[in-house]
Amino acid sequence: MGCVESMNYEIVLRDATFKESRDYIRGHFRESIDVQPGFKVFDVHVIGLPPIAIGLDGDFVIFPYTKPCHGTFLLRVEDKAEAARLRALKK
Amino acid sequence: MADPVAGAKTALLVLGCPQVPVQTSIALYLMNRLKKAGITPVVAGNKAANTLLVVADQERHYLGEVLDLDRAVGLITDKKRTFDLCFVFIHNDAGVSYAATMGAITNARLYALVYGEHYEEQEKKIDFPCTVVAAKAVHNPLPLKKAIDEVAPWAA
Repeated sequence: MGCVESMNYEIVLRDATFKESRDYIRGHFRESIDVQPGFKVFDVHVIGLPPIAIGLDGDFVIFPYTKPCHGTFLLRVEDKAEAARLRALKK
Repeated sequence: MADPVAGAKTALLVLGCPQVPVQTSIALYLMNRLKKAGITPVVAGNKAANTLLVVADQERHYLGEVLDLDRAVGLITDKKRTFDLCFVFIHNDAGVSYAATMGAITNARLYALVYGEHYEEQEKKIDFPCTVVAAKAVHNPLPLKKAIDEVAPWAA
C-alpha cells in the first residue's frame, strides 16, 4: 500500500464497493466532508466516483483506499493535524 | 516530467486487476493500434498487471513507458502529466472508481473498456461522461477487440 502501509490504520471495511464505502461514512459518522477524486488525504490520492466522502471522528480520519484487485478499503487513522486540516476545509 | 514525445498524441492505458485474462491481450492489441496511428501509449497499472505486459513484450515492440498506477494518479493530479486519450480497463468496482477518477482529474478523452463475466453490472455504474466499450469477454479477447474496432478510438 506504499505510504499507507507506514500508517497505523484500522480497516473499517474491506473489499467493499465504492458506494458501500460512501454510504458507510455518511451513515456512521456525524461529521464528513465531500472531496473530488485525486484529493490528497495524508499522502494518498483518493480514488472514486465524485463526491468522495471522508469521515471525521474526533482526531480520526476515515477515508476510502482503492486497490485494483481488492476493491475499496475504508481506513481509520488517528491524526490530529490531518483531521484539523480537513475540518477547516468545511468552513 | 515532460510527455514522451513533444507534440505527439499520447494515450494512457489504466490497467485493472489482471485476474481476467483478456486484459493483457487487449492492452497489447490496443497499444499496437495506437502506435500505428502515431499515438504514444503509456501504461499504468499495479505491479502484477504491468509485469504481465513487460514479460510478454520483452523486446518492447508494443510496450513503451510503464508507470505505477498510484504514481500515475499523483502525476496527473499534480498536473505533471497530461494525456490526449485515456483507456480504463474495468471488470470490477475498483475499475469503475479509477475510470471516474480519470474523468475527474484529466482532460483526456475517456474510454471505459468494460469486460468480464459481469460486465453489465459494472457498465450500469458508469454515470460520468465517457465512451463505454463493453463486451462479455473473459478468456477470449475477440468480443472486446471487435467492440473496440467498431469505435476505432485511434482514429478519433
